[in-house]
Amino acid sequence: MIKVAIIGAGITGASIARVLSRYENLEVHLIDKNPDVGWGVSKANTALIHGGYDDDPDKYPMRAKLCVRGNRLWHRWVKELEIPHIWNGALVVALEEEDFDELEKLLERGIRNGVPEMRIVDREELFHLEPGLNPEAKGALWIPTVGQIGPIPAVIAIVENAVANGVKIHLNTKVKGIKVQNGEVKGVETNNGFIEADVIINAAGLYADEISRMVGLDYFTIHPRKGEYWIFDDTVPGPRRVLFPTPTPISKGIVVTTEISGHLMIGPNAQDLPPEEKENLATTREGLEEVWEGAKKLWPNLPPRSKVIRTFAGLRPEPTGGDFIIKAEEEVFGFINVAGIRSPGLTSAPAIAYEVAEIIQRDLGIKLIEKEKWNPYRKDITRFSMLSPEEANRLIRENPAYGKIVCRCNLVTEGEILEAIERMKFIGVKIPSIDSIKFRTKATSGTCQGSFCRVRIIQLLSKAYNVPPWEITLKGEGSEIGIGDVKALLRGENSA
Amino acid sequence: MLESYDVVVIGGGPAGMGAAIKAKELGLKVLLLDDNDFLGGILPQCIHPGFGLHYFKEELTGPEFAYRLINKLDGVEVKTSARVIEIQNYSDLEKFVTYVSPEGVKKVATKTIIYAAGARERHAFEIGIVGDRVAGIYTAGEAQALMDLYGILPGRDIVIVGSGDVGLIMARRFALEGCNVKAVIELMPYPGGLARNLMILKDFNIPLYLSHKVVEVRGRKRVEKVKVVKVDENLREIPGSEFWIEADTLIISAGLIPNVKLLQEIGVRIDPATGGPVVNDRLETSVPGIFVAGNSLLINDLVDYVVEQGETAAEGAKEFIENGGIKSTRWIKLVKGENVRLVAPHYLSGERDVWIYARVQRPIEDVTLEFPEIGKKLRLPVVKPSEMLRIKLRGEEIRKAKEKITMQVVKNE
Ligand SMILES: Cc1cc2nc3c(=O)[nH]c(=O)nc-3n(C[C@H](O)[C@H](O)[C@H](O)COP(=O)(O)OP(=O)(O)OC[C@H]3O[C@@H](n4cnc5c(N)ncnc54)[C@H](O)[C@@H]3O)c2cc1C
Repeated sequence: MIKVAIIGAGITGASIARVLSRYENLEVHLIDKNPDVGWGVSKANTALIHGGYDDDPDKYPMRAKLCVRGNRLWHRWVKELEIPHIWNGALVVALEEEDFDELEKLLERGIRNGVPEMRIVDREELFHLEPGLNPEAKGALWIPTVGQIGPIPAVIAIVENAVANGVKIHLNTKVKGIKVQNGEVKGVETNNGFIEADVIINAAGLYADEISRMVGLDYFTIHPRKGEYWIFDDTVPGPRRVLFPTPTPISKGIVVTTEISGHLMIGPNAQDLPPEEKENLATTREGLEEVWEGAKKLWPNLPPRSKVIRTFAGLRPEPTGGDFIIKAEEEVFGFINVAGIRSPGLTSAPAIAYEVAEIIQRDLGIKLIEKEKWNPYRKDITRFSMLSPEEANRLIRENPAYGKIVCRCNLVTEGEILEAIERMKFIGVKIPSIDSIKFRTKATSGTCQGSFCRVRIIQLLSKAYNVPPWEITLKGEGSEIGIGDVKALLRGENSA
Repeated sequence: MLESYDVVVIGGGPAGMGAAIKAKELGLKVLLLDDNDFLGGILPQCIHPGFGLHYFKEELTGPEFAYRLINKLDGVEVKTSARVIEIQNYSDLEKFVTYVSPEGVKKVATKTIIYAAGARERHAFEIGIVGDRVAGIYTAGEAQALMDLYGILPGRDIVIVGSGDVGLIMARRFALEGCNVKAVIELMPYPGGLARNLMILKDFNIPLYLSHKVVEVRGRKRVEKVKVVKVDENLREIPGSEFWIEADTLIISAGLIPNVKLLQEIGVRIDPATGGPVVNDRLETSVPGIFVAGNSLLINDLVDYVVEQGETAAEGAKEFIENGGIKSTRWIKLVKGENVRLVAPHYLSGERDVWIYARVQRPIEDVTLEFPEIGKKLRLPVVKPSEMLRIKLRGEEIRKAKEKITMQVVKNE
């Protein structure tokens, strides 16, 4: 058995784990420092399955190749794994005549990268595709292959499937060092002990440079590039397509879209942060204003600010050089960097995973033997709001918990929360958090942002994990929802 | 065959229970639905006194008030853990209500609906707070539920946004449990709560910052500090006035918004000023046979008024059923004049006396409340946005108007 340790359970690490779970001579360990999967870069992004036309193949050959391939692979993965998705296409909008030059360039590049079905559309067709657009728009590049997915639901689905196929998960496990002997990797040191490994795959997102330095390779650094977003109430009408402005040399620009749960979303801007600010996920007024102004150009009918239900920020892991770094490092046998997976990393993830499998065979000389039985399928969690009344009734008859609405805004039932908890336990989530429930069920993410249902979710988690309710966390250790029972301070406890 | 009712009441808070009790007294067949596991709406978590002075003529706590109403529900069919997911307005005489409960998805037919689904609280994102999205940020009602329904203490160093009654009562609640309430931050230049609740700040030595707002939260996993900035008379931030308060908990008590999504889905017209439906003096919405009461109609400060609205709606339902609709009359429009921020009901028939509920724009002393078209005047020592005005207009007074009645509040010379 060849032991493989994958560091990082984001979309990249999870995809690699799934692809490697197919081989019977591999024992795959997926390691993450967070209490749940998908809580790094993969948590906060635009959630687009990009077309693959904007990555220059001369400057960024990996991105150019893997994005287009990833887009095609997602069509199969979303079905096998029942990942929420929509294929609604994108428009890169020209607001000025000059913008058409840029669109021509994108079209040419797209053709070179192998993106199918793209074309430049005139005003008439543009407004047919997107009636609500800024009436000043002159035309657009139409990329019908663009889609959207739920990024964390995708990571969760992939991991559930990987675990079902034998992958072992280590959560709350932070890699602190890597043991290398005679130029070969031996395993990873963690806060939870040593994990032996013959192959180590560094998919640590923002921290991939630190992990790489652990084996003495410091030829690249990762710096965070912040992007901020607004999300609006689902009663606010949004566009049918993903709308991009004409790009600038540094950014694809501020997108206006209706994300898969039906909420108008605008963002992101791009602000470079110093390398040490990898945890700086704070939204800022300047950033949010910039997004607002940018979005207004494409979508003049932005709702009143009181219709916002959430703002958030994500950090893109920007590598030295700008291209994905995906390779087996010659100096350290068995160490594979999958680093600098910035945008379009979500799109590229399945393609990256197959690339890594190929690297293992080609560069490490490990022959991979397919399992006789490998299960490509995973069932999505029950989504009460999507059921017909007949289906709902059948389900409630079997289990009345599916007849109890917990989250009013998104119609999430107690049955779904309990199912989410079972699935959390299945992949080894040990610290009960409200975010873990949110990412699986959508509870707490609607108009009222959980002010009604959070208390009920706390009760359910407290019971299932057998811990006092105040120890339930919002997002892992240190984010407990309370400091004790209601008399704790009066008794003189907890008074720091 | 679908089961059918005269009235389906949606919401088992004080408005809904008040409506159901009255409808039953009027001899109607009533179904009361609520999505909580218990009746009472928000009342069971309001363990402080101040409820029921008008309705029960004595001062009760929230749970006591709820308990008394529950005891009057005899003869009303009640379903808890029952969430209404759809209202269908098949015709003016026939409606369908679909609800989900542990018994399944069920559809019932009804002649009328009284919608009393309450309100929701505005949250941190809606009031423009930026920064880290960490633990320790709660709406006031959520914190109240954590403490008083589930026995959880949210934190120890507390900052409260909003000096309305809810914010002030939570300030006292935290102080009583030994927390350090560091500040109450109020955007407006005047406090938002009732005078008797403002005493709390004195009693517990809690600083109140008027003309200030919380703009940012910072923390790694949990709130560590909040940024406060002063605003001028136009509510614009004053540069350089920022300061930070260290706290582990931020409580948002920035107002309520009527819960009207189900009504909007069937095209009920909403008044942007109240956030609730536009109604006539029977509290009937723009869809015939659908009535509304309590915080779904407009945000109330007193539970007694909420029950009263429920009763008015029930009387409306009774008339609707008896006459096959509310008799068409010349509806006289009640409109907002000077210094009136909101007023309901919006249309008056003149066929009956009616309670008017209103709020002013800003506090003023020594004023006259006027309805110029009908020559009615009322002198008041003071009006405040925080205190709802409730005035009875008599049928014969209303009938004096031609097409509209203006309500205005003017400073006495
Ligand atoms: C604002 C923004 C917008 C974007 N929009 C898009 C888009 O629309 N489409 C698209 O295709 N891509 C987009 N991207 C890019 C995409 O989100 C990323 O490429 C992708 O999520 C990267 O995934 P990852 O698995 O490599 O990293 P991550 O998701 O960060 O996973 C790495 C994991 O490693 C763990 N880890 C780190 N260090 C250690 C350690 N020492 N021990 C254990 N575990 C460790 C982390 O906790 C983390 O969970 C966007 C990114 C951002 C920020």
